[in-house]
This record gives sequence, C-alpha cells and structure tokens, in this order.
Amino acid sequence: MKDKNVIQVEDLSKLFGDFAAVNNISFHVKPGEIFGFLGANGAGKTTAMKMLIGISSPTSGKATVAGFDVYKEAESIKKNIGYMSQKFALYDDLTVKENITFFGGIYGLSKKQIEQKRCELVEELGLQEVTNSLVASLPLGWKQKLAFSVSLLHEPKIVFLDEPTGGVDPITRRQFWEMIYKAAHNGTTIFVTTHYMDEAEYCDRVSIMVNGKIEALDTPKKLKEHYKTDTMNDVFLKLARG
Amino acid sequence: MGISVFNITKSYGEVTALSDISFDVKPGELFGLIGPDGAGKTSLFRILTTLLIADKGQATVAGYDVLKEYKSIRNSVGYMPGRFSLYQDLTVEENLNFFATIFGTTIEENYDLVKDIYVQIEPFKTRRAGKLSGGMKQKLALSCALIHKPKVLFLDEPTTGVDPVSRKEFWEMLKRLQKKDITILVSTPYMDEAALCDRIALIQDGEILQIDTPNAIVSHFPKPLYNISANDMHGLIESLTNHEHTYSIFPFGEFVHYTDKRDLIDREDLKDYLESQGLSDIHIEKTQPTIEDTFMELAK
Repeated sequence: MKDKNVIQVEDLSKLFGDFAAVNNISFHVKPGEIFGFLGANGAGKTTAMKMLIGISSPTSGKATVAGFDVYKEAESIKKNIGYMSQKFALYDDLTVKENITFFGGIYGLSKKQIEQKRCELVEELGLQEVTNSLVASLPLGWKQKLAFSVSLLHEPKIVFLDEPTGGVDPITRRQFWEMIYKAAHNGTTIFVTTHYMDEAEYCDRVSIMVNGKIEALDTPKKLKEHYKTDTMNDVFLKLARG
Repeated sequence: MGISVFNITKSYGEVTALSDISFDVKPGELFGLIGPDGAGKTSLFRILTTLLIADKGQATVAGYDVLKEYKSIRNSVGYMPGRFSLYQDLTVEENLNFFATIFGTTIEENYDLVKDIYVQIEPFKTRRAGKLSGGMKQKLALSCALIHKPKVLFLDEPTTGVDPVSRKEFWEMLKRLQKKDITILVSTPYMDEAALCDRIALIQDGEILQIDTPNAIVSHFPKPLYNISANDMHGLIESLTNHEHTYSIFPFGEFVHYTDKRDLIDREDLKDYLESQGLSDIHIEKTQPTIEDTFMELAK
C-alpha cells in the first residue's frame, strides 16, 4: 500500500545547528489528491518542501516522492515532479514560446513533443496573440496560469505549487483553481501552499505546520468540526497562535 | 491635509498604468487601495511619494504639491514599498538608526511611536536584516518608515505573502497607529483586509471601480446572493456554469456564490435542476455579499 502514495514521509527532520526547522513530521499524500500544506511564515513549510523536491537533504527520517528516495534519488525526483512558485516560475525576458521550448527541453521532451504540447497549451490558455511576446509583458494572472501549465509539460505524477496565487486578482485566482481541479481530476497529485484560507477549503486534505511540527492534518470539514469553527481561517488562527 | 489626487494619469509607452484617477484621503483616515497586481497601485504610490512624475493631473500630500514641494513631502511621509528595501547587510538596529539619522532624528526621540512594533524584533537587533524571517522584515520595514514621525504613511502591499496570523497582527498595529493621528494609505490584494479600512477604493487596470466605506460598497451589490453547496464541488461548478439562468458563480471556500439572471429564484427549482445533474446534499441559502463579490461583479 505504502508504495502507492505519491509522497510518503516518516519522522522527517531538518536541523540548522540546534534549531529544528522541521521537527519529526510524518504524512502521506495519495495519487490525485489536492494536498494543502499550510503554516505561518517561519513554521518550516519551505524547508520541508525543499527536502521533498530534492534540493535539500534531511537531517533524519525517511521520505519518498513519486517513488524515489529523497536521500539517494534526488535527481530522479527533480525529473519526475513539477514545480512552480510565486517568486520564480518563468523567464521574464524570454517569450511565451521560448519559455515553453526551454522548459520542455529541460524536462527532456523531444522537439515533436514540445511542438505538440506548445500548441495544446497556447490553445487552452488562449495565448495565440501573445506567443511571441515577452513573458514580462503579461499580466500576473496569465503568467501564473502559463507557469502552472509549463510545470505540467512532462506530465509529472505530482506538482508542487508554492503560493501560486499570491497577489493574483480574485477572478484569475478562481480560474487558477479550476485548472488545479482539472489536473487533479486527470490524476496529477497537487501539493500546494497558500495564505488564502478560502483556498484551503478547496483542498482534499490540509496540514497545518506550527514551529516545525504538523499540528493538524485532515479534511477541511473535519478540521472545522474538530476546532468548532466555521472557517479554515479560524482553524488557522486558533492553531498558529499556539 | 491628508492626500488629494486629481485626474492623475500615467503611462509607460503604450501601457496605461493609471487612467484619470481622482480621490481624497482625509487627515487621520485609514484608506485602502484594493486591487490585484498590475492594477496601478504601485505607480500611484510612487507618484504620491514623489519618486515618479505623473503625465497629467495634480496631487498633494500633507498639503504639499507633489511637484513643487517634493522635498517637503519627502520629510513628511513614511513609505514602505512592496519589495523589501532595507539594507540587508546592516543589522536590525543599524537600519533603524540609519533611517532616523537621515531624517535628522534619533531612535530615542520617536521610540514611543515604533515601540509597539520594534519590541517584537528588538531581541534580534544585532541580526542582519537579510537574515530575518518574512514577518520580522515587515516589522522592521514599518519601524523604519515610522521613525521620523511621518504625517502620512504609505504602505504598498505590506501583507502580501504574509500568513493570516501575522496579517491580523499587522492590521491591529495599523489601527493603533491611526489613533496617533497618522494618515495611512495602504494597498492590498487581500479583499478581507478591505473591511478593516475606513474607506476603500477598488482599483483594476488603472481605473477606480468604486470608492466608499466597506459597508456601503457591499450594500451596493446589485443582486441577491446565494451560498450553494453539494457533495461534489467540481460537479457543482460545472452544473451551475451550464445552467441557463446563471448570472455569476464563484467558488467561495466550501460554498459557491451564485447569482441568478432573474430577480426572484425558486430554490426548489434550482435544487431539482442540480439533482438532475447527479448532485446530492444540496444546500441553498441566501448570504451577504463580501468586498470580493463586489470586486468581481465590478471587474467583470
């Protein structure tokens, strides 16, 4: 059964000196699940995510992502996941077309595959008019939608989204979530962080990190019942205030 | 004496960042500019803090003209830009000292004003600013923007990327500052923060959609609004999108916010329709619109 989980984490820790940024966390994420990874700034989310995407080695514990070990197979993890963050997603001084070609190449797609993916993607996002425009000139919402599609170019089993909707307008934010639903519906596992608590409600399950530990992990509905509140925002405020 | 903006227009080449913007902020008011990235908020901030010159229009800040009296404005305002802009390789204390000194004052002289905020980062005063967490950087930046006791405070997206707990604390701090007679112009993409302002301007694509108190803005929402939930959110959205009477639907947490093209709706009818689409556990109830509903309605 274990092997079927796209993410399997057991007693994972990361120490910086004597400071435990991530302190013995355990959880798993199922295929096709939308998993919300929440926590206050400084709670350890980024450190945990860096270990899961294979760019930081844990101090102790076990973890596999897409079936690969985070210690020994970090390179395979990088090839088999998608990743986008609010801070970095696409190259601003390349065009839409160039970005797609570049990332397709990085992920090892053939020229023919890239060409085909590019057509599909441009069509689906309605970017026909701007394929030869610099990404810098696109509105943020378009960029984020494009970045998400680019992170899925190589059809990864799982995609990591680090605050993908920060600062995006409310309509585009919702369109972005429709894309997430669609990808999850097609079997892609979604691992997402956000500071918008209404978005936490859209996740199948949500974990909340406090001071390096996972303090709560369940469906939004059960978390609200357990903490006797009406919204995820209140659940978050109750937990993160300690 | 607060802020007055009259017909301000600014373009970058063919892109119009601000199109004929006018509004006033009263002295001591906490005024919010609410809109997404790219709406023109930062351009407006830069014009009002005299870092950018408008193509057209006039503006005054604390009674001074942004063009003729820019030096007086620079002495009278505090500005916290969206991007962290303190000196990363100076310590917390050195940064605060530096900003106090260039404005001809000392930390001691205005400590009262920043105390509330600064005590939270004082334990780390020997740490370099570049090594602080996001929440602490934000508190240091606010302390530095306040240390010369400005009459008007400009905060450009101070809470973007900040978690809900820190956001709540930040707004509590703003409310306390407001009581010390500081006029505050703050921008945010978080619509829930709008409700905490005295008045807000909803801004998108360089234009102001509406200016009013948060209560008045939601009370102007044009249609009855319904919360709808069902067993399958994705299916619910799809079914409502294809429904012939749907005026708007937007997911809102565990519900979908729904408005109908008709003035009156028959809930049983709508429920029957959704059931015919294979949905169950259907709840339909009237709900109060939020600022976000209004924004999306106006931005459509």
